[in-house]
Amino acid sequence: MLDDKFEVQVDEPHGPGVPAAGSILYLDGVSVSFDGFKALNALSLILAPGELRTIVGPNGAGKTTMMDVITGKTRPDEGDVLFDEKVDLTRLDESEIANLGIGRKFQKPTVFEHLSVFENLELALKADRGAFATLMFWLSGEQRDTIDATMARIGLADKSRHLAGALSHGQKQWLEIGMLLMQDQRLLLLDEPVAGMTDSETEATAQLILDLARDGSRSLVVVEHDMEFVRALGAKVTVLHEGSVLAEGTLETIQADSKVIEVYLGR
Amino acid sequence: MKAFRLLLVLLALLAWAPAHADEFSDAVRALNADNFADKIAAAEALSALGDGRAAVILEALADGRLHAAGDGTIVMEQGGAYRDAITQAAASSADASPITVNNRLRGVLRGAVGRLGLFSPDPELRKRAAESVIASPTPESAAMVRRALETETLPEVKRMLSLALANLDLADADPERRKAAIQALRDSSDPMVRGQLQHMLETESDPEVKAAADKAVGAINSRLVWVSVGANIFQGLSLGSVLLLAAIGLAVTFGVMGVINMAHGEMIMLGAYTAFVVQEVFRATLPPEYVGLYLPVAVPVAFVVTFVIGVGLERTVIRFLYGRPLETMLATWGISLMLQQLVRSIFGASNREVANPAWMTGGIDLIGGFTLTYNRVIIIGFCLAVLLALAALLRWSSFGLHMRAVTQNRPMAAAMGIPTGRIDAATFGLGSGIAGMAGVALSQIGNVSPNLGQGYIVDSFMVVVFGGVGSLWGTLLGALSLGLVNKVLEPYAGAMLGKILVLVVIILFIQKRPRGLFALKGRSVES
Amino acid sequence: MNAPSLSARLLAADDRRLWLGMAGCAIAFLVVVPMLNLAMPPDSALHMPNYMVTLLGKYLCYATLALAMDLVWGYCGVLSLGHGAFFALGGYAMGMFMMRSIGARGVYGNADLPDFMVFLNWKELPWYWMGFDHFWFAALMALAVPGALAFVFGWLAFRSRITGVYLSIITQAMTYALMLAFFRNEMGFGGNNGLTDFKDILGFPLAEPSTKLGLYMLSALVLGLAFLVARFVVTSKLGRIMMAVRDAESRVRFLGYSPTWVKLFGFTLSAMLAGLAGALYVPQVGIINPSEFSPANSIEIAIWVAVGGRGTLVGAVLGAFAVNGAKTWLTGAAPELWLFLLGALFIAVTLGLPKGLLGLWGQIRRKEKAHA
Repeated sequence: MLDDKFEVQVDEPHGPGVPAAGSILYLDGVSVSFDGFKALNALSLILAPGELRTIVGPNGAGKTTMMDVITGKTRPDEGDVLFDEKVDLTRLDESEIANLGIGRKFQKPTVFEHLSVFENLELALKADRGAFATLMFWLSGEQRDTIDATMARIGLADKSRHLAGALSHGQKQWLEIGMLLMQDQRLLLLDEPVAGMTDSETEATAQLILDLARDGSRSLVVVEHDMEFVRALGAKVTVLHEGSVLAEGTLETIQADSKVIEVYLGR
Repeated sequence: MKAFRLLLVLLALLAWAPAHADEFSDAVRALNADNFADKIAAAEALSALGDGRAAVILEALADGRLHAAGDGTIVMEQGGAYRDAITQAAASSADASPITVNNRLRGVLRGAVGRLGLFSPDPELRKRAAESVIASPTPESAAMVRRALETETLPEVKRMLSLALANLDLADADPERRKAAIQALRDSSDPMVRGQLQHMLETESDPEVKAAADKAVGAINSRLVWVSVGANIFQGLSLGSVLLLAAIGLAVTFGVMGVINMAHGEMIMLGAYTAFVVQEVFRATLPPEYVGLYLPVAVPVAFVVTFVIGVGLERTVIRFLYGRPLETMLATWGISLMLQQLVRSIFGASNREVANPAWMTGGIDLIGGFTLTYNRVIIIGFCLAVLLALAALLRWSSFGLHMRAVTQNRPMAAAMGIPTGRIDAATFGLGSGIAGMAGVALSQIGNVSPNLGQGYIVDSFMVVVFGGVGSLWGTLLGALSLGLVNKVLEPYAGAMLGKILVLVVIILFIQKRPRGLFALKGRSVES
Repeated sequence: MNAPSLSARLLAADDRRLWLGMAGCAIAFLVVVPMLNLAMPPDSALHMPNYMVTLLGKYLCYATLALAMDLVWGYCGVLSLGHGAFFALGGYAMGMFMMRSIGARGVYGNADLPDFMVFLNWKELPWYWMGFDHFWFAALMALAVPGALAFVFGWLAFRSRITGVYLSIITQAMTYALMLAFFRNEMGFGGNNGLTDFKDILGFPLAEPSTKLGLYMLSALVLGLAFLVARFVVTSKLGRIMMAVRDAESRVRFLGYSPTWVKLFGFTLSAMLAGLAGALYVPQVGIINPSEFSPANSIEIAIWVAVGGRGTLVGAVLGAFAVNGAKTWLTGAAPELWLFLLGALFIAVTLGLPKGLLGLWGQIRRKEKAHA
């Protein structure tokens, strides 16, 4: 009975459905304002399945608000947000959206500090999310192996029983990425994944993200300030400014764009 | 006391009045009859004369102070001295024996004395006499009322007398008189008059009179509906202002600091006890006529006392718990238990009496037996004054500015050199101080006991949550609407069920608008 | 779910210390106490008087209640001020059964109506008293009524994301409203006086020491059972999600869990445990009245848990015994001091002992180890 909650209802989108065809994520004319401040201003963005996209922009450009809108934390004042061509995300709450297959890593790493590394990953593990199902949940050997593998991948294998609260900032970042991996989502949103990481850690993270993107089963949106990191990803770049898209293209074309230069370097 | 002084005045008047018609002397002498039936008849006859002097004599008779001498003179005992009841000349009591009375006679005497008040020089007494005539009309009083009407000068008493007369005339044999009486009564708002008219509808034979009575009942009915609506609104406002007073301080500490102060009710209680102490000091040191001034003194004293206690609590306990609202709640609950026990140890567990000063007693009588009592009116006014003063403080003073700055962005305020710690302490003190003033106000309308605060805690939380945390106007609207809804529901559902309904409605309302009526955007008090 | 995993889970709670502790407590409460009560001669220093047995029985009920509170507060982070109400509702359910058991032995000798209804001149039993002639029905209601109330109330509140102090305040309002309601004679629960003058339960006279001992032992069994149930929950994955909700509710949502249902499960289960404790409590004290709903009671439960150490089941049980033991002793020895002490306890625990007695003990142990 409790589990019914997690059957996501697929609603007909209220906007035109055709332009969303062939997209995993479709934002059209999305606006959000807080007390008169327009955090997002008619933002439109289309992401193809299997695509890796980096998003850059100065502070206050609306990057985090965009992620909030996609993951259901913030309801847009207007505009369409569609997942997988037809699922209207503006009508669902955070957990329903997560269960659709959208995962998120926060700008400030948020892990469950009173749980161990292993337990954090166990909670993220793809499994039935219902209350009774979790009450009766028993970790299978196979699942345990998956968690162990992930811990190895994020370099925390020796910290399995450590409380997450005791980890360093960079380790928390990795743990959160690990949790994202455990969820096995179709769309990953990564908000400044390398903030506070050393150069070698940053490199490793870039490698991990490229690995994830390689097989084409997942789509990734990466928000980052670090241009070296953006270059390492070598993906299509979207520049946000004052809540809407300023420019889009490869890193080279973006860096040559006069509007972008103006925004970043000032008049 | 007052009545006694009036009697003295009366006596002086009487002594001075020339002895007139013998009718009066005869009637007085007739009081010394052999049996009670005759005595009653005599008493009624005497009172029907409408002579002011009769009141004193009848009163003396009722008290057993009227004696009959052997020669038939009637002697009245007054403070040990004896006087001739008619001439007021000093008399001896040598052979006088008291005139006996029984309960029935006493009843008649009381009524008669009451009616005779119509001729008293004191307007207050005349008014009361008129009321008693209206309440229990007897055919004998009709003549008296007519006579009294001739000499009455005060419009208010005159109006009442006409009403009384009309009341009496309803039973008159002459249909014209009855109709005239109905006409006179149709402007009344007295449920009793309506009852009489309704009774008349059943017994009246004259169709014309009946139709007039019918119309009059209708007119009174619609007026009474308005009166009851007005009374409900007033009572609702009164309750609302009490709730508001109890909640404003909470709105400050909860809204501004995000601190749930479960000891808020005890701050109210301490304010009420401060009023008690100030009153006792005044009683002990000042002559009685100045004791009533304790109240205006108690308000600032209570503010200071509770402000200091509030600051003390903030510095010693609450500041260590910022960011842990649930723990703050438990710790302040602990404080509330200790304060209650402290007061119980000092003042005892029983209720303490805080008297209304003379200038706060009484009220304005409005139509339909509905009175705007002064204490309620003053509390409504006081409550609005506190609210406005607080709003002005927050809006225009530099303390208010700092307080708002700390509310909106604590680190930034600290970075700009605002002493956030001191602002916190002062804010908590302010909230507590307002609670203390509320306590002084509440001491005027209810019992002062160590549990005083507990009765308000749930209600004031409801007001704050309903109105919207952090908004004074929300608190105002929340308190007034809760007060009104409570009082409007009361006649239909009863006081308790009404309260339960209101609680249930608020609980449901919070589901819809978890942040209350006036939700503050920006930083919110979430745990 | 699948049976093998369930039994595996139960056996997995194989912490040896846990089972040893459980066994120790079982021996102490179920063997030693009855022996001291029955086998020792009354003049012996080791004899346990009957009143002490009932007192211990009361504490056991409080401990069950504390356990329930810890489940929602210590693990889900929901400080419910409605647990006094759930406890009282369970108590009323059992009280109604015992009221019906009185039959024609009441003052008015009316076999169809409880005394207070005869007194109020009621002619027939209200519909909601139907079924309370049967023990099984009353026992079911002692669990179902608090559970249903918690479910509906929690569903409304958690769904609207009412958290923290707001939730505490509205649960307090609920408790207060229930208290006012039960004070009304028209409600049909005995008004001010509540339900009392019980004669027996399932044929056992309540005044008999043997019945008291039986109720005490039942309370001990129920506490043990409640402890195992609570432990099963908090050691499950759901338990870890509860803690995650407590520490970072919004983050849990992004993992795909719905905090609404997680908290609702904890709240409802906890309310049922509280109702069970109330149902056992009432036959031992012989009365249930609306003052049990008083908001102060609910807050006091929180302090039991806080004193013992919230977020640990043993702590909750320990706290209930410690605080109530102190209360019994002090209200006898120096009644005017009790509220001072209780108040000071609230402040001291929140300021100085956020992890309660268990946390303090852990600290001391760690220090000793460090010195050794």
